[in-house]
Amino acid sequence: MTGADRDAYIAGVFEHPRRVIPELSTPRIHAEVAFGALADAGLDRSDIDGYLCDGSQNFRPVAFGVLSMAEYLGLECTYLDSTETGGSAPIVQVAHAAAAIAAGKCQAALVTSAGRPRSAPTSFERGSVEGSFEDVWGMSGAVTGYALSAQRHMYEFGTTSAQLAEVKVAASLHAQHNPNAFLRDVVSVEEVLESPMVSSPLHRLDCCVVTDGGGACVVVSGALARQLSRPCVRVLGAGEAVRHSDLGRLSLTSTAAAVSGPAAFAAAGVTPRDIDYVSLYDSFTITVIETIEDLGFCEKGEGGRFVMDGALVAPHGRLPFNTDGGGMCNNHPGNRGGITKIVEAVRQLRSEAFPAVQVPDCEHALVNGTGGNIGTRMASATLVLRRGDA
Amino acid sequence: MTALPIPEVPHLGEADTFWRGIAADELLLERCRSCSAVVWYPRGFCPSCGSGVTLEPASGEGAVYSFSVVHRGAGEYRGCEPYVVAYVELDEGPRILTNVVGCDPDSLVIGARVRVVFDHGPDGSALYRFTTV
Repeated sequence: MTGADRDAYIAGVFEHPRRVIPELSTPRIHAEVAFGALADAGLDRSDIDGYLCDGSQNFRPVAFGVLSMAEYLGLECTYLDSTETGGSAPIVQVAHAAAAIAAGKCQAALVTSAGRPRSAPTSFERGSVEGSFEDVWGMSGAVTGYALSAQRHMYEFGTTSAQLAEVKVAASLHAQHNPNAFLRDVVSVEEVLESPMVSSPLHRLDCCVVTDGGGACVVVSGALARQLSRPCVRVLGAGEAVRHSDLGRLSLTSTAAAVSGPAAFAAAGVTPRDIDYVSLYDSFTITVIETIEDLGFCEKGEGGRFVMDGALVAPHGRLPFNTDGGGMCNNHPGNRGGITKIVEAVRQLRSEAFPAVQVPDCEHALVNGTGGNIGTRMASATLVLRRGDA
Repeated sequence: MTALPIPEVPHLGEADTFWRGIAADELLLERCRSCSAVVWYPRGFCPSCGSGVTLEPASGEGAVYSFSVVHRGAGEYRGCEPYVVAYVELDEGPRILTNVVGCDPDSLVIGARVRVVFDHGPDGSALYRFTTV
């Protein structure tokens, strides 16, 4: 195998167009996005020999995650992966698919993600080992953990609620161009600050949307990519890392992107200055602020100041982000938005984003996932992607 | 006793001694027999070096490391808003999730000194919480 054959490319992506899906099961949504990504790649189901999906309860009523789903989709696979790191899982899985392709374990790997928290909310169940010490204090879902991070970030660095709101404002400016976005209205900093407080200092509009839906992508070998007519996007570098409570010494003001980011940049041979577009996991506004710092786009503690004055707004901001409207406004299917981050980065690198938000001459994109909860334990995954012809 | 709910904790075997301590109004911390690290959350061994642990009484004092005033409670906390969820940094080191009670949520600040209190439910459930000093 030559060096070029060990390269991996994203050949097809698909985001389910709907945000409320009362009548379909979660496995069926996996199937719809799988077929969508295969059609986008110009591949057939029989071409797929690797399959990756997470192992969350979103799979009910299918029992065994990736195994049951492989059967449901009728896939014959020589490589399986059910990495479960919450919302960052599909981003980890693209990296794992690329590694499997480099190792010769498969040629074409399908990654799917789906869920229906809007139509079929799952009840929270106590009983995990760590949860005994966390689930009993009245945390307001996932919000309170991020609120604890935001409060500490404000205390250490002087970050303000108005600065956090800039993240939502930028996302809403992008979402107005996306007819499928769950929220399409442009909002102001004042509207974010005047929205109801959920768990201080985070307001309702500091939180991402809750949507049904899903997405998928197909990762292929260089040899296969050369046979396809659609523009492919090269997986240039990847990193993954965990940041947990560390015996009670946890940091609330940094994420594992401080490790996964540099690993991805090093593997890709590029620096933050080379990145034209970023898909940043935006479960909450504070998630984006901490991630920008951890990835090296600014110094630790400067994230709030960095996003002022439209830095995140496409196409001409210093760091155009989440041009689909992100989890803030467009889509956070299954309470886990990693796949949508991959899809929008591929659209940008193919020049297929909505024209008003297409970054000119977009050559390098970064995708960063934040899974779990930054207020307790979380896993970051970073991908650096390059336009196929670059 | 505070006005907040006292949910039953579905704790597992390794943390039984810790929770029996809470039921007896004692906050116990695991300390590694070998490397002396304080281990939070309790799990019966030290993940730093793999050695066994001993349980020792904590001072029960610390400071607010971060906090959030919850205005949209979940589960049995619905209707109790506003209430405070916080990380308290114990004087022994670990930062632990808890509630801070007996204070005006709007006047709480990071760094405020707090002391442990114990809440007991009618069904035998018990929780550690903290109150400002």
